[in-house]
Amino acid sequence: MNLNAVKTIYVHEMRRFQRTIMQSLVSPVLSTSLYFVVFGAAIGSRIDQVEGVSYGAFIVPGLIMLSVMTQATSNASFGIYFPKFTGTIYELLSAPVSFLEIVAGYVGAAATKALFIGIIILVTAFFFIDIQIAHPFAMLALLVLTCISFSLLGFIIGIWAGNFEQLQLIPLLVITPLVFLGGSFYSITMLPPVWQAITLFNPVVYLISGFRWSFFGVADVSIGMSMLAITVFTTGCLAFIWWIFRTGWRIRQ
Amino acid sequence: MTAIVSVKNLRKSYAGGFEALKSVNLEIAEGEILALLGPNGAGKTTLISTICGITSPTSGTVTVGGHDTQKDYRAARAMIGLVPQEISLEPFETVRASVQFSRGLFGKPRDDGKVDEILAQLSLDDKKDRKIMTLSGGMKRRVLIAKALAHEPRVLFLDEPSAGVDVELRKDMWAVVAGLKASGVTIILTTHYIEEAEAIADRVGIIAKGEILLIQDKAELMAQMGKKQLRIDLAAPAAEIPAALAKYALHRAPDGQSLTYTYDTKGPRTGITTLLNDLQNAGLQMKDLQTQQSSLEDIFVGLVKEE
Ligand SMILES: Nc1ncnc2c1ncn2[C@@H]1O[C@H](COP(=O)(O)OP(=O)(O)OP(=O)(O)O)[C@@H](O)[C@H]1O
Ligand SMILES: [Mg+2]
Repeated sequence: MNLNAVKTIYVHEMRRFQRTIMQSLVSPVLSTSLYFVVFGAAIGSRIDQVEGVSYGAFIVPGLIMLSVMTQATSNASFGIYFPKFTGTIYELLSAPVSFLEIVAGYVGAAATKALFIGIIILVTAFFFIDIQIAHPFAMLALLVLTCISFSLLGFIIGIWAGNFEQLQLIPLLVITPLVFLGGSFYSITMLPPVWQAITLFNPVVYLISGFRWSFFGVADVSIGMSMLAITVFTTGCLAFIWWIFRTGWRIRQ
Repeated sequence: MTAIVSVKNLRKSYAGGFEALKSVNLEIAEGEILALLGPNGAGKTTLISTICGITSPTSGTVTVGGHDTQKDYRAARAMIGLVPQEISLEPFETVRASVQFSRGLFGKPRDDGKVDEILAQLSLDDKKDRKIMTLSGGMKRRVLIAKALAHEPRVLFLDEPSAGVDVELRKDMWAVVAGLKASGVTIILTTHYIEEAEAIADRVGIIAKGEILLIQDKAELMAQMGKKQLRIDLAAPAAEIPAALAKYALHRAPDGQSLTYTYDTKGPRTGITTLLNDLQNAGLQMKDLQTQQSSLEDIFVGLVKEE
């Protein structure tokens, strides 16, 4: 195991994060605050409780997930796309490192950044809304797992992307809709039955539901299903990355 | 000769089916400098990339220090440093951070002293904290070399190190290469400049259309180049070489109009005067005399054109 390489990649990526820390933190904090003001305070005041929780508090887990998923994906996709773009990927390919080490470095850094942002948003939420966390350890575990799994997804997108447009495309076209339709701002029980059934094909539903359970002890789907979904998703991404490195898809001629 | 790099029956076909390497065999001795010469598209970069792990071979094997580059890639790659043909660097990174990154990636513990030493060796000490995008092209190439040396490799590949580099930097680089050789590093470089091969290589390989056409000791090549040819045009065609001239190893043109004599300019005597005397005694009339010298360039062009 080339631990020095993992550490080197990780530190290198975190340094880039440091250089752009203002952009990285200001925008999610600002947009989350806006969500709280608009949905929590303005609209929320007209909405009764959802599943026994005030609407302002109800959207907190969804908002955190929304930011964490998009941040993890874009961080990781950019992290591995950039060396492809500058050509410095030659160094990764010629170094004595295994695919697991490369992934650990890039995905580890992207997940750390996303986790950091998730926690900042949670802290921001405390300023606006009074919330209690029913299962803090489960909350943290789910948050970390989500950071990792969406960073893995981002890594795949970064390897697949042939230009900057494609790099933006997937998060915009796929992840944002899935997250918005995944019950960030509503309980899926509010949907008509047909849509409830369709929604169950959206993996994000399971993540948001599980995450909300860790806050309020209530969920749209069982926590077991949520854990299963995230495990399947993470394993799927890992298997795909393993295949990428074995075949050299899009990276090694 | 103990080979540190050994390439056996290496083939590489790119995705489109284009065969960039056609069964290449190559042994590189520990501590030598090998220059690979070849026209654009010959397969030089492909050969280096395949040895270093950037492209996968279609078939064949490569070992570095006895380690198979596929099966035992960690041990093999840890020995190799690569300076790519294209300048590929992260623009916002500082010079020092970039070199430290390379060292860590190759599994070596952080060592600022070593990194500074390498930067000094490449006259980059005053550029350490500069962002790479603020450097000139020649300096960027030095940074690439520093990155390749960061993990103290045993074998260094330089893919066209003198492309886009001025005379002074080229001389500097040759000095660096000589210093590395002195410390026991094996160096393989590709170049389009024959003078470069002449100046620093121990052996010269010529590659064209995915095949190594010739690989020879530079001294031997130079000895060949030290040979001159004297062409004697005859007034009347000679049906055969007279027996009296047999000792000169003359070559008769098919039409008998001329004879060619090959001699060594570095030898104690060329033998030309006695040849001309004997020629007259044998009754052959000369019309004209011409001398010509073959250079590495001629050998190169001749081999590459032949295909
Ligand atoms: N990724 C690729 N896909 C398809 N063909 C390629 C690829 N890379 C190189 N080739 C082809 O393989 C051949 C050898 O290319 P290579 O880059 O190895 O040549 P080279 O000897 O390094 O040339 P130069 O002196 O111009 O650098 C060329 O015909 C090139 O077009
Ligand atoms: Mg080349």
